[in-house]
Amino acid sequence: MNKTKKVFKIFFVWDFEKEERWLNQMAMEGWVLEEVSFFGYTFRRCEPGEYILRLEMNPSEDYRRFVEELGAEYIGSIVNWCYFRRKAELGSFDLLSDIDSRITHLDRIGRMLALICLANLIMGVTNSLDQARFGLLNLLCAALLSYALGRIHGSKAALEQERTLHE
Amino acid sequence: MEIPALTESTYYILLSLYHPQHGYGIMQQTEELSGGRVHLAAGTLYGALTSLCEKGWIRPLPMESGSRKKEYQLTADGLQVLKRELARLQQLVANGESILREEGL
Repeated sequence: MNKTKKVFKIFFVWDFEKEERWLNQMAMEGWVLEEVSFFGYTFRRCEPGEYILRLEMNPSEDYRRFVEELGAEYIGSIVNWCYFRRKAELGSFDLLSDIDSRITHLDRIGRMLALICLANLIMGVTNSLDQARFGLLNLLCAALLSYALGRIHGSKAALEQERTLHE
Repeated sequence: MEIPALTESTYYILLSLYHPQHGYGIMQQTEELSGGRVHLAAGTLYGALTSLCEKGWIRPLPMESGSRKKEYQLTADGLQVLKRELARLQQLVANGESILREEGL
């Protein structure tokens, strides 16, 4: 039986919770995430339910060390998205518990998307004016990123609505 | 200086730091004190520690050589905030009790 396997799968940025659920489902089935790359996940055999996986958009090195201090392992990161795992026997493992920190997290994602979106928009316009081939591609990227921004903003608005009633 | 109500997480973090404590210790103590009701997640705790340090309510302790875990402690300002919050909560409870008692509940 193979000890590792590679899976190619694409998740949109607003689906990060779905991605996390999928990674935990894999761990429940005895496959724990070992490596991440663009759209590719490498899994290793583990005891079913041995690990809890979490991911968060956070570029801070200091934060990474802090999470490791709590007994978690840092698996890797892709464009500031960090993947962590911790043995389930250590108890529940979460990165974002209250509404405020989830809103802050969405803000951080939003800022990153806005920045890349703006860059694509500028490149798209200048490239189109120069009749370069990639102009349209940049504009397409910008459009997709704007949509992603909208999705993230929607999630944030829902949380803020909840925030008015309780912490 | 008017300080708005603390969140439950902030309240328990400050309370846990009455004695020096590292991240994992704060997490465990908060869970213990609240009877498992308040669970601090890693990112939430990290964000709170960073902003509480900026406010000067807590401070990181110098790292002892050989130790990899950063410890924090409540400052005098932090203690004041905690005391004020306690007074606010006491008023909250007293008001609730007196009105509900009038209603015979």
